[in-house]
Amino acid sequence: MSVETTVQTSPGLEAFVGRAAGHGTALAAMGIPTRRAEAWRYTPLRAFADTVWAEAPALSDAQVQALLADLPLPEAGSRVVFANGRKFDVLDSLSESILVSAAEPVDPIEDRFSAVLNAALAQDGLSVRVAAGTDAGMLTLASLTSGDAVSTHLRHRIVLEEGASLTLYDLNAGEGRYVANPRFDIVVGKGARLTHVKLQQDSQTAGHLAIIAASVDAGGNYDSFTLNHGGELARHEVVSTLNAPHAQVHVNGIQIVDGNRLNDLTSMIHHAAPDCGSRQTVKTVLSENGQGVFQGKILVDRIAQKTDGYQMNQALLLSEKAQINSKPELEIYADDVKCSHGATVGALDDEQLFYLRSRGIPEAEARDILVRAFLLDALDLVTDEILRDLLQRSIRA
Amino acid sequence: MSDFLKIQGLEARIDADGTPKEILKGIDLEIPKGEIHAIMGPNGSGKSTLSYVLSGREDYEVTGGSATFKGEDLLALEPEERAALGVFLAFQSPVELPGVNNANFLRTAVNAVRRARDEEELDAVAFLKAVRAETKRLSMSDEMLKRAVNVGFSGGEKKRNEVLQMRLLQPSFAILDETDSGLDIDALRIVADGVNSLRGPDFSALVITHHQRLLDYIVPDRVHVMAKGKIIYSGGPEVAKTLEKQGYTQFLEAAA
Ligand SMILES: Nc1ncnc2c1ncn2[C@@H]1O[C@H](COP(=O)(O)OP(=O)(O)OP(=O)(O)O)[C@@H](O)[C@H]1O
Ligand SMILES: [Mg+2]
Repeated sequence: MSVETTVQTSPGLEAFVGRAAGHGTALAAMGIPTRRAEAWRYTPLRAFADTVWAEAPALSDAQVQALLADLPLPEAGSRVVFANGRKFDVLDSLSESILVSAAEPVDPIEDRFSAVLNAALAQDGLSVRVAAGTDAGMLTLASLTSGDAVSTHLRHRIVLEEGASLTLYDLNAGEGRYVANPRFDIVVGKGARLTHVKLQQDSQTAGHLAIIAASVDAGGNYDSFTLNHGGELARHEVVSTLNAPHAQVHVNGIQIVDGNRLNDLTSMIHHAAPDCGSRQTVKTVLSENGQGVFQGKILVDRIAQKTDGYQMNQALLLSEKAQINSKPELEIYADDVKCSHGATVGALDDEQLFYLRSRGIPEAEARDILVRAFLLDALDLVTDEILRDLLQRSIRA
Repeated sequence: MSDFLKIQGLEARIDADGTPKEILKGIDLEIPKGEIHAIMGPNGSGKSTLSYVLSGREDYEVTGGSATFKGEDLLALEPEERAALGVFLAFQSPVELPGVNNANFLRTAVNAVRRARDEEELDAVAFLKAVRAETKRLSMSDEMLKRAVNVGFSGGEKKRNEVLQMRLLQPSFAILDETDSGLDIDALRIVADGVNSLRGPDFSALVITHHQRLLDYIVPDRVHVMAKGKIIYSGGPEVAKTLEKQGYTQFLEAAA
């Protein structure tokens, strides 16, 4: 690749390449993107590039139980826990329709740093196949990390056969200054439905670089929602392809950014077949020195007639120093499509705030009410009631 | 003299696109405990501004004078502290809160005020009982409790929702800013009853209106005429009748 001006070598990169043994060639060639790389313009990896990240050591039972203790976990369904990048335990019996196998090798998602990094370093992950026509219910995947200057690179593969369905609750949390770099390869078969609900509440000093490649077959639905809540620098990246008619993709989310943190939601929704639909609602709430990034690309191939695309991203700025960078991008080659998109940036409404306070509600509580009201229609997109409730309660705005 | 609500030489202005605009130009007004006063005055004379300044809206800068309530410097308090102390404003244009459920809003407000007044909070059941009694009295459908605050409410429904809040928050001093505007005859009676039934030694009110008719239902102890940011005349309930017949001209001329 001839991108010398946009990549850098660094102690971090050299350590990663060293750890990757024979698998680090692509990573070494790519380097760690600088802000000159278009995809990383608003999300600087500088701090990340200067640290030497070691392989995260195995955690003890007690450590894992302590990490799990305060986490929002649903009662129902199956549960798999990864701790510091290793499968720790399958805590509840897995639903019979979930077949777990070792991760199979997958193709890298070209040019995407998070994917290249994961490809170089991934060792463990979850591989799930839901048999045709079965409803596998809820599967909780808890990825916990603990330590300083360590990194984890889980690689998961989720395959839903024809007519299968699964609700995946993807919980990310930890303690310390680490990097979590999970990758999902997702295949949603004909008429299948994957509901992917993610809660990212990694440590306030962590890096989180997640990448999801999802391909959806005819009539299938990849319905995803992420609540980005943690990490000093966190990107949730989705690359989805609608491969056959009547496929549906939802890439919805909420980002809540405070302190000096940066949360980033980057997505590519690729309409590669006619009669497909995609929906995207992303709301970002920023306070203090928080920085938010939204990069949403919708690509509609010439063949993808009758595409129905919707994208909305809205930011609420609660402080003058907070900042949102949003880059919606529509690239449409078909002529008979319906694609709408919109973006708003605003502050809390003084009149509304005064109305609440004049009713005796203290200012902080009044603000919280208005922030939650702003988030409400995004949160309503979480179709699973249990998880919606759980996300709602975990929001500390 | 009463030390319940006492406004002296109150002046306030607003920043209108960079240039300060004086709106209140020396208001003197006292409302004793247990009395209901009315303010009438031409559009733009500063009636709503007075109600905002008394309830603590920050957009207005107080440049002179004072307002004390129950012996406290009202102007030094946050809006929520004023509410806890017993001030309530029924807005001329109630604010819509999309995404905020009306019942939750009411309960949060009631409990915030109860907390501040060292009263026990109402649990869901007790609150529901209290709110149902009030909606019934105000002929409001319970369906309005399930909707977002004031969103999609008709003009009259918004005004009723204001009166509902007033009754639930049990203020000792309520300002009703044109609560009668946009109400049909029946609603006017219901709202008036909602105010009258609070009448007593521990409830005072300032009723801002353009229509003498409201004052047939809520008979005020005093009527004040406001023009150009000042109270230019005060008298008994008969003032409203004079205004209804003759308009503001004679008051304005007398004051000039
Ligand atoms: N935010 C503002 N910016 C500029 N001017 C304002 C603002 N708020 C109020 N004013 C002006 O102050 C004056 C008084 O307004 P106010 O709303 O208090 O009048 P009012 O007596 O309540 O009138 P009405 O009977 O029409 O309700 C008006 O001239 C109004 O235009
Ligand atoms: Mg007014």
